Amino acid sequence: MKLTVNGSEHEVDVNDDMPLLWVLRDELGITGPKYGCGIALCGACTVHIDGVAMRSCVIPVAAVSGEVTTIEGLGTPAALHAVQRAWIDQQVAQCGYCQPGQIMSAAALLANNPDPSDAEIDIAMAGNLCRCGAYPRIRSAIKAAAASLREI
Amino acid sequence: MLIGSAAIAGGVVFGYWRYRTPFDNPLLATLQDGEVALTTYLRIHRTGITIVAPRAEMGQGVHTTLAALVAEELDVALEDVQVEHGPASKAYFNQVAFEEGVPFAVTDEGALAEGVRNFTHVPAKLLGMQITGGSSSIPDAFVKMRKAGAAARMVLLAAAAKKLNVAQNTLTTSNGQVVAADGTRIPYTELAELAAEIEPPGDPELKERADWKLLGRSLPRVDMAAKCTGTAEYSIDVRLPGLLYATVRMNPQLGGELLSFDATAAGAMAGVRKIESLPGGVMVIASNTWYAMQAAKAINCTWGPAVYPTTSEAQFAAVDNAFANGYDSRFLDNGDVDDALADGADVEAEYAVPYLAHATMEPLNAVAWLHDGRLDIWAGTQAPTQAVKDSAAIAGIDAHRVHLHTTLMGGGFGRRAEADFINTAVHAATAMPGVPVKLTWSREEDTTHDTYRPLAKARFRATVANGGPLAFDLALAAPSAIASQLSRIGMSIPGPDMSIVQAAWDQPYAIANYRVTGYRAPVMTPISSWRSVGASQNGFFHECALDEIAHAAGADPLQMRLALLTHEPSRKVLEAVAEMSGWGGALPEGRGRGVAFVLSFGVPVAEVIEVAATGNGIRIIKAWAAVDVGIALDPGNIEAQVQSAINFGLSAAIMSEITLKDGVVEQSNFHNYDAIRIVQAPDIEVRILENGTKIRGIGEPGLPPAAPALANAIFAATGQRMRELPLRKHIRFA
Repeated sequence: MKLTVNGSEHEVDVNDDMPLLWVLRDELGITGPKYGCGIALCGACTVHIDGVAMRSCVIPVAAVSGEVTTIEGLGTPAALHAVQRAWIDQQVAQCGYCQPGQIMSAAALLANNPDPSDAEIDIAMAGNLCRCGAYPRIRSAIKAAAASLREI
Repeated sequence: MLIGSAAIAGGVVFGYWRYRTPFDNPLLATLQDGEVALTTYLRIHRTGITIVAPRAEMGQGVHTTLAALVAEELDVALEDVQVEHGPASKAYFNQVAFEEGVPFAVTDEGALAEGVRNFTHVPAKLLGMQITGGSSSIPDAFVKMRKAGAAARMVLLAAAAKKLNVAQNTLTTSNGQVVAADGTRIPYTELAELAAEIEPPGDPELKERADWKLLGRSLPRVDMAAKCTGTAEYSIDVRLPGLLYATVRMNPQLGGELLSFDATAAGAMAGVRKIESLPGGVMVIASNTWYAMQAAKAINCTWGPAVYPTTSEAQFAAVDNAFANGYDSRFLDNGDVDDALADGADVEAEYAVPYLAHATMEPLNAVAWLHDGRLDIWAGTQAPTQAVKDSAAIAGIDAHRVHLHTTLMGGGFGRRAEADFINTAVHAATAMPGVPVKLTWSREEDTTHDTYRPLAKARFRATVANGGPLAFDLALAAPSAIASQLSRIGMSIPGPDMSIVQAAWDQPYAIANYRVTGYRAPVMTPISSWRSVGASQNGFFHECALDEIAHAAGADPLQMRLALLTHEPSRKVLEAVAEMSGWGGALPEGRGRGVAFVLSFGVPVAEVIEVAATGNGIRIIKAWAAVDVGIALDPGNIEAQVQSAINFGLSAAIMSEITLKDGVVEQSNFHNYDAIRIVQAPDIEVRILENGTKIRGIGEPGLPPAAPALANAIFAATGQRMRELPLRKHIRFA
């Protein structure tokens, strides 16, 4: 079957029910999305499908019809997305393992809501677990990214 | 002048290291053509400089701060160097790792206490254990890594003097270059090979603190951009040609045997390459991790029974029984507690905490590849030298043929000091010689096969007089985490387990009749170090007990502590947190504040938490923390670590619990073993003080006061005293 990830088309030959996460990681070598729980509880695997934040660990690859964007497609070290820029400016990451998922959730939030309240941030980000508890800086980075995006 | 890499690798060993120890420089075996190792912490090539930071980067920012120690003295900008963990080696042994185990309070800096602490450096070196834990990386590295940087700078200066044929004292350095009096600049990268021929000074002079350019400032983390762009490589991300993917299914009765298994159905499933047993379970090797996990579920296994009491109730009963036995330690026994309590206690209570899982975000995994007479391993480990030893034994090859590549870690918290998950990957590699195999535990395997934070109980009795405790008798019982840990590496614990009484017996409170006794319950379910170790439960026990004492004495809990604290840096953090939080000020209806003070790993920490009792339950409004690390190398990172430790402690306080039924851990994933989410995580204000006499690490000390500060705040807000964690068993949280 065909799969479009970060603007590139891929042909993959796997069982229909294999979750998108494992196609990305083990078949295509795209390792930004992380395995954390396998049942959509932690958000480490978050990607965008046609711009919507989705948990790739529970989406069968055969059910993916839109374009997939992973953290690697959001921005690169040389060309950062505003959310990644804010994350670096606020020095958010500790172990960093959940951060691709956190950033993908935050980017999707800000694409739809340029000025989220604390309560709206809570709702959008509650599904993304951070065992390092970097939440104070996650919150401030989202606000900083929102401000920088509004200036554009 | 050029020296061939063979010559360098073959004979030119030098650096600060040689004058101090007999260990060889492990970097010599890793050098590329034209590359030199000026110390054990520094590789220089024409194309750039690499600093080796040989401690586990599991989130605590240690790679950045360790590299800054070398860079400060070497005089290079951090953004101009590469930082890597480097090889597993005894040369990177942790000198201060055992200091926490001595029976002297950290506030005791007398000759005997310091002598015994120094004595622990000897076995530390003899064992040569490269280990990250005990908040010890910074105290261990503070002098030796700066000296390594300074020694390297000296030989680079000497090399430039030789090259320019000028006196060395006419030269200086600036940002990775030697600068001559005439303005000539030579990059270090062009001097390295010449420098490699020069004997470095044994004990180079270090900069004064006033001259520091990197240390003492909040530096951008060296791993930040990679971690924010999905390019950081954890062991779970390692890619190799022909890589296969594996998983395990272990006996859910921890340590129990696999009696038999039938993999007929599983073996026919998509992508499966091999199914084999390993000690205590089965492993599936497949073309994709998901295929391996699906097949593992389809294997019919017959398991042997648990080798410990099979329910939480039975295990807590074993802890209760421990109180009736002889004690393991009684290192604090001031005054005459029995006499002071002869007429009965004014306040007494029992406390309990459950087993806890580490639940690192990155499930346990490792990559192993047995090929060409060697074993390559990629793993996130807090104990690389032990991992090499175990792996060599499993693969049946010499340890020097094991090449361990320590990667970034998606959390450690003590879990990655164990070798079990690496061992499973090595078993897979030996089943598939020549083929690299990445073995990943499912979240369910990870949660149900942890080496847990021990369950524990406390009983206290106290009498009060004049607004404070007259007598305070605290008894603590738990299985020995240290004994359990050591048993897995073929060692035993020679004396008492100090972790059973850690951060309870050694608190700087002047209480006339004051006793802390540790009782050792048998090791049942496998247990180990969990962020802040014994302090994680004892902070809760001791500081809730003091809150009860303050209440019984009619005293303000913060003022009562201030009146009792004899250690000036400890008083200062408590005063600071009082000032930050406006302690004593009026609060809105339904609000309450709790305070806790814990001195652990040498760091006095005071925390205040404010809660609101709402219609939907308890809501945490804000937390304040003041900490004293002696010397604050990176304030921004210290703030992050304290916030992290508080949220980690709040997770345990509010919701975390591992329970056993029929010998099996009942929790399996984040639906029943969750941690705090952004919705509940409070704003946390941190202040860093520097009144302590020694430099200290901060990965753990922020944690122990969090649970008692929360429980005490809930008591202040609601009048409900809760003596068992997790608190949500007793009260609702919003």
